[in-house]
Amino acid sequence: MIETKKFSRSYNYGFIDESTKKEIRRKMLKAVAIPGYQVPYSSPEMPISRGWGTGGLHASLSLIGPQDTFKIIDQGSDASVNACNLRNFVKRMTDCETTFDTAEATVIQTRHRITEEVLTDKQIIVFQVPQPEILRGVERYEFKTRQMHAEADYAKMWVSLYESYVKFGAIMRGAGYPVKVNKRYIMSPSPIPRWDVPNLSASDTLHIFSAGREKRIYAVPPHTAVEPLEFEDIKFKVEEFLGIRCSVTGEGDAFMDEIYESEDSRKHVINDSNFLDKLRGGPRPNQRLFANPQDEA
Amino acid sequence: MVTENKEDWLLRVRGLSKIYGEPISNSIRYTGPKFGTNQCPETDAIVACAEIDFDLYQGEVLGVVGESGSGKSTLVQLLYFDQDASGGEVYFRGVDDGRTNLLNVSNQRKRYIRNHLMGMVYQNPRDGLNFKFSAGGNIAEKLLMAGEFHVGRIRDRASGLLEKTEVPVPRMDNAPSSFSGGMQQRVQISKAIANNPPLLFLDEVTTGLDVSVQAKVLDLIRGLQRELGISMIVVSHDLSVIRMLTDRTMVLKNGRIVEAGLTDQILQDPQHEYTQLLVSSLL
Repeated sequence: MIETKKFSRSYNYGFIDESTKKEIRRKMLKAVAIPGYQVPYSSPEMPISRGWGTGGLHASLSLIGPQDTFKIIDQGSDASVNACNLRNFVKRMTDCETTFDTAEATVIQTRHRITEEVLTDKQIIVFQVPQPEILRGVERYEFKTRQMHAEADYAKMWVSLYESYVKFGAIMRGAGYPVKVNKRYIMSPSPIPRWDVPNLSASDTLHIFSAGREKRIYAVPPHTAVEPLEFEDIKFKVEEFLGIRCSVTGEGDAFMDEIYESEDSRKHVINDSNFLDKLRGGPRPNQRLFANPQDEA
Repeated sequence: MVTENKEDWLLRVRGLSKIYGEPISNSIRYTGPKFGTNQCPETDAIVACAEIDFDLYQGEVLGVVGESGSGKSTLVQLLYFDQDASGGEVYFRGVDDGRTNLLNVSNQRKRYIRNHLMGMVYQNPRDGLNFKFSAGGNIAEKLLMAGEFHVGRIRDRASGLLEKTEVPVPRMDNAPSSFSGGMQQRVQISKAIANNPPLLFLDEVTTGLDVSVQAKVLDLIRGLQRELGISMIVVSHDLSVIRMLTDRTMVLKNGRIVEAGLTDQILQDPQHEYTQLLVSSLL
């Protein structure tokens, strides 16, 4: 057992028992070995309901040691109720340092965003995943989706994108845009906005995706190719915030929240709260930006 | 009519069998037309097909007839890899120049062969079409599986195919559930021929359609066969369909071929007792 001074002695270090943490870490290693492949794991009970971040907690608590610095973001915010509760829980169970600063953190748990600030090879980002099976929308049976992954049979996924384009004139997937990992498996990047999808590719950081309710772990290891699905003539695009500036910092080039003020008035604020704080207090942090195909042209 | 050049085969089938249930070594020996059943007397295993041998030649249309339960549909499902065969050998000229038994290749390779070299039109359009997708989406699925990822070209190809099969092109983006039975069948045909496969399976394609629609679908198939020179295996219990479409015919009973030959010959001068009964009862 890991000896620390402050954490609650009523529970094992990190709440989960050591053998289960070991199993989860082994599943993570398997996920790293086969990028994009969903590895089943035991998904033990946690003191929160499934669907509220249990998968993320399993992965985070299996990784964290007393020397780690933990950060958690919920839709870009460090200060949402869910983020605060999960942070307090992790702090109580592991006695690790917690931070709002992206650059300081060694383990970052996130729901539905990747930080704007570039992550390094000293950091691990853990995604809370509600629905790990990207093919579920086109195939309801689990045994068939497994067979489709095994045989790289992704035609139905492609047809769903084709149908979206035909129906709406654009591929209408705002979050959870399907990506191909390491030129093999198609994977759900969890419901991150399209803005964040290019950040997964060739990153220095280890990305762990954990779905507690669905009992699946998968990963994108550092320096792995992650390509959003796109047709030869219909290219993948990130969200456009053309001419829009953050009402707090006056900065652009970040994923923005649109805030409703009145029928005629909207304002935009940078979604990543730590990124916004850093912009207010100093120079712009290191950031990866991706242009849309027509912008490049 | 296609001449049978022994070197000109497209599909070669030897000893193909499919047994449901728990077979024993004698299951095949104690079933078949001689015993009047395809159910093994000892284990109740069903011998759906056994000892199926035939060659299909380039550009030929081969008919498969027989009563319900004779193994016709099972045969084409085995050849299209919808089901796994219990034994036998299947060779296809387009795969390793006909030297590889397709029943032994990986599932991924079978899928590739299905998507690139074969097409299938099922009796029930729900088996061949995905009703969640539009008619164009169904055709796109087949093209995407074959590696076409250009939406513009996919839509051009889908429009051309729907036009060829007389489905109104403006309805390309409608769901097949809003189509009539005949139209659904024609969308299925469009999907099946989307990749210009050299081999097409047609499983009771006109069953359940009214007579005028049947005639349209049969005309369409015959026209496509002439235009594209596709080899076909046509399964039907309707001898008039077989007469209209096929060059050669195999008659199946209790999972075995009881007679095979030129269609005209089979229909005008049937040799086997069962074929004589079939011809006399249906004509």
